[in-house]
Amino acid sequence: MSDQAMTSARAGPAPLLSVRDFRLAFDTFDGVYQAIDGISFDLAPGESLGIVGETGCGKSVTAKSIMGLLPSPPARVRGGQILFDGEDLLRVGEARLQQIRGNDIAMIFQDPMTYLNPVFTIGTQLVDVIMAHQRARPRAERMHRDAARGHAIDMLRRVHLPNPERQLDAYPYQLSGGMRQRVLIAMALSGRPRLLIADEPTTALDVTIQAQILDLIGELRAEFGLSVLMITHDLGVVASVCDRVAVMYAGQIVEDAAMARLFDHPEHPYTRGLLAAVPHPGRPAASLSSIPGSLPNLLDPPAGCRFRGRCALAGDDCLRPPPITGIAADHKVACWRAMEGPGAGA
Amino acid sequence: MLALEDLKVHFDVSRRRGERLVVKAVDGVTLRLRKGEAFGLVGESGSGKSTIGKAALHLVPITGGRLEIGGEDLTRLDRAAEKKLRRTAQMIFQDPHSALNPRMTIIRSVAEPLVLHTAIRGAALTSRVAELLETVGLSRQFLYRYPHELSGGQKQRVCIARAIALEPALLILDEPTSALDVSVQSQILEFLKELQADLGLTYLFISHNLAVVRYLCRRVAVMYLGVIVEEGETEAVFENPRHPYTQALLKAVPYPQAVQPDRGPPLQGDIPSPVDLPPGCRFHQRCPAAIPGVCDSVVPPEVRGSDGMVRCHLFSGLGRGD
Repeated sequence: MSDQAMTSARAGPAPLLSVRDFRLAFDTFDGVYQAIDGISFDLAPGESLGIVGETGCGKSVTAKSIMGLLPSPPARVRGGQILFDGEDLLRVGEARLQQIRGNDIAMIFQDPMTYLNPVFTIGTQLVDVIMAHQRARPRAERMHRDAARGHAIDMLRRVHLPNPERQLDAYPYQLSGGMRQRVLIAMALSGRPRLLIADEPTTALDVTIQAQILDLIGELRAEFGLSVLMITHDLGVVASVCDRVAVMYAGQIVEDAAMARLFDHPEHPYTRGLLAAVPHPGRPAASLSSIPGSLPNLLDPPAGCRFRGRCALAGDDCLRPPPITGIAADHKVACWRAMEGPGAGA
Repeated sequence: MLALEDLKVHFDVSRRRGERLVVKAVDGVTLRLRKGEAFGLVGESGSGKSTIGKAALHLVPITGGRLEIGGEDLTRLDRAAEKKLRRTAQMIFQDPHSALNPRMTIIRSVAEPLVLHTAIRGAALTSRVAELLETVGLSRQFLYRYPHELSGGQKQRVCIARAIALEPALLILDEPTSALDVSVQSQILEFLKELQADLGLTYLFISHNLAVVRYLCRRVAVMYLGVIVEEGETEAVFENPRHPYTQALLKAVPYPQAVQPDRGPPLQGDIPSPVDLPPGCRFHQRCPAAIPGVCDSVVPPEVRGSDGMVRCHLFSGLGRGD
């Protein structure tokens, strides 16, 4: 109820991507693994949303579900919608998804080497991608292979790869990790997508290279009017590129807030625990706090709040699942304690 | 406790017919770790930081220079000296999963160093392993489990238990928390801090994560392309970095907070190949403060003061006078 009130109160432009009560499970020999359990979020055109969480929270599964990249079986959609520009990606079918991938939604990954074919040159792979995008276009507007090569050089220039003409003939092993990630970004953006999903794009890179790539993503976002969905475990990365942050825990979104709000007024005990657990590079710290315990088993998730077993504030009401509820403008949280009033959990 | 003097580790890589190429992974490093201190070694991939850790334990051959542990010259190793070295110094690796044998129970893994180096056997061995597990915060029920039954944080605790089994004086920790989630990382860091205080251990803590090093280490050295470019008290280096590379490295780390400090443009380019080292200062091609005619030709000397060391022409007297 107040959730809907919040959404209409914001009254921004229609979201480009809207995930509604999405549920997904993996069928395993040990049982049904409930990886995603009823997550909802919106991404406005031009907005950059970060999804943060630890291993196994479901952030990468969410990204892959949007792209339709999870093989079924074992993955099984159990409900909800993933609306992209009003179209439900869970129901459009593989042929339509093929058109959407690359042309409307593109994705970059953690380890760029894994996503480049080691036996073909950068140029061949980039031109192949551009040619593949042509199939989604009307015949008259399709690009020839020569023009595609020119477009490839132009894309490499936009991602600031030095000597783009020469690099077309290079093999992936001849490039550094940062350069490979630039090539993958060029590939991802060559079809002029409106949404870029970045799954830990800088985790495998050194910090000085990470700074270059984050800078580049920011620049291209403005240049192409991109919406960005940034999947990461690094709160620093989120803080430097995202407008809004959703925190995931055990397959659920536990907090969703404007970036500054999340860092300055975290309300969910898990978010607070996470922020207190990270050592800060900019100031000395005497001690770090830890979150006791470990993730619940999603083959048999606990009833009620999934964080309750590790939460210092848990009470009897936490045996009922807390709905994600707006507590302030652009701030939603799924916690009974936090709903009692801002700062109630402090 | 650990002293490296002008340590060099070079690797021969032959490429194509007859052409001999040498990777100078560590190229003249001098370090002194005091007993009981936590010393951080930071740098990016290819800087040589992990190679130093491995060379200190003779896991890679030393090309030149001197290695001393606990006052003993260990540059050349015979079998007796090697056995002694393994009791004095132990290593903890980044990925606890690949550091444990998947076919060995936890008790066998942790007992292995005790079996090899001591005469403890039978019930005494079991109780010693249980005691070690307790030290790292794991209960006896883990004794007969296999690595796959444990979480990443638990596996790293097992690796720590195994490393401290012989009561070494020096622990070399190579990115011990990089493979772990932040909430687990904080548990391991807190534990490492306590363990050091309790046992009076000396740590050589190798990491690319500056925040973690700031948290755990009293002194720090920054590496770039096989050499140390700056060294000093951690707080002094972080608050007032002198080498332009240290400055760039610190500025590149995004802060987990709402407002980011003004960072200016990021450092351009990539770390050069260690096979084909740039002349002069190894950082000059990427350095925003490089002095033409000096940094591109003259190797900067180590400038040592009471507060540490910096290897940069801005401080060498050849630079702009300061």
